[in-house]
Amino acid sequence: MKSMADLIREHPFLAGLSDEYCELVAGCAKNVVFEPGSYIIREGQPAGQFHLLREGQVSLEVYAPRRGSIVLQTLGANDILGASWIVPPYRWTSDARAVERVRAFAFDATCLRGKCEDDPALGYALMKRFVPIILQRVTAARMQSLDLYGASV
Amino acid sequence: MSGASTKLAPVPLRVLSSTRETADSMTLVLERPPGGPVGPGAPGQFNMLYPFGIGEAAISLSSDTADSFVHTIRGVGAVSDALGRLRPGDTLGVRGPFGIGWPMERARGRTLVLVAGGIGLAPLRPVIHAVLRDRSAYGKLFVFYGARSPRERLYVGELERWQAGGAMDLSVTVDFGDANWAGRVGFVTALLGHAQFDPAETVVMTCGPEVMMRAVANQMIGRGVAPGDVYVSLERNMKCAAGLCGHCQFGSIFICKDGPVFTYDRVEHLLRVREI
Repeated sequence: MKSMADLIREHPFLAGLSDEYCELVAGCAKNVVFEPGSYIIREGQPAGQFHLLREGQVSLEVYAPRRGSIVLQTLGANDILGASWIVPPYRWTSDARAVERVRAFAFDATCLRGKCEDDPALGYALMKRFVPIILQRVTAARMQSLDLYGASV
Repeated sequence: MSGASTKLAPVPLRVLSSTRETADSMTLVLERPPGGPVGPGAPGQFNMLYPFGIGEAAISLSSDTADSFVHTIRGVGAVSDALGRLRPGDTLGVRGPFGIGWPMERARGRTLVLVAGGIGLAPLRPVIHAVLRDRSAYGKLFVFYGARSPRERLYVGELERWQAGGAMDLSVTVDFGDANWAGRVGFVTALLGHAQFDPAETVVMTCGPEVMMRAVANQMIGRGVAPGDVYVSLERNMKCAAGLCGHCQFGSIFICKDGPVFTYDRVEHLLRVREI
């Protein structure tokens, strides 16, 4: 049977992370499953976990009065879910709902932040993985907001 | 008919069918008699379509059928609106096909990553048809398609067949979902990250708004694909389509005869010049 360190090592987000660090962060991780329609995170709630998605689609949503829940973006297998656990005040800025049955690794945020504080090299290794993804998502969100296909190509 | 100078007079062709794709897009199938005065075309090339008395517009081929021309047209002005009103049996003027299309030969044996945005799926559709017709000649085929909304997806039935067929890895996303949409939401570039390919053996073809193509190119080059293996299809106001009038001049190149498909390394510096 594979250990948690073996399992998380297979996720693309942690590709290339040293065995030592995989063992270290595995201590903060557990397997979680979300049934379709259930909320994984809720806007405004404490950002107590960070998820690496293994399977299933997740929609990031905001609720607007009279419009209901608006889907901002969907995520799927191999994506990361949530960055608010890194930045004070550690509150989610959107809802995340399981569209399909979702399997993920959930990392305890306090545990992971603590290990990053104790070993800045680990923190840096993780940030090098987070920042390109965040940058890509910001770029994509900008494009999305431009409504580019509404204009002639 | 061959040579640019002999393609300046439109040839009348009959509309065989017109199919509504979205609220503002139609697909026209035009009769093209084999051995006749026009065609055939290659993926990525375009025709100048002339609804009589209105004007001409450059429209890409959106299929590579042998005995017809297929064009998907989005109504954005007087000419394209008039094209969208054509019905089976109507006649229009056609000049073409023009330009340099997608690098089908270079793509043989390699992985293809196609990234389309909006109406940009239409010029890439002949590539997909060509690959499906000769599937073993090509490596993996990834198709990423971003539409504005579920209702604004082109070729919905075909997308479903492609999805079910297993011959490609197709991902569709929309910028704005609706209550009935259970698929992906987000800009098309958000889908690209997880495609597994060997960048040295990959050819990328992208068509859509220029802002999108720049983002796709940057992301693919960041993944290690050579800029010379990233192909973009550009659009400028075309008039003669034969490199004579200069309407589509873009720096030192003419979109109509040197393109419309270019390697990214050839046009990247021009795309950064705002005055062009």
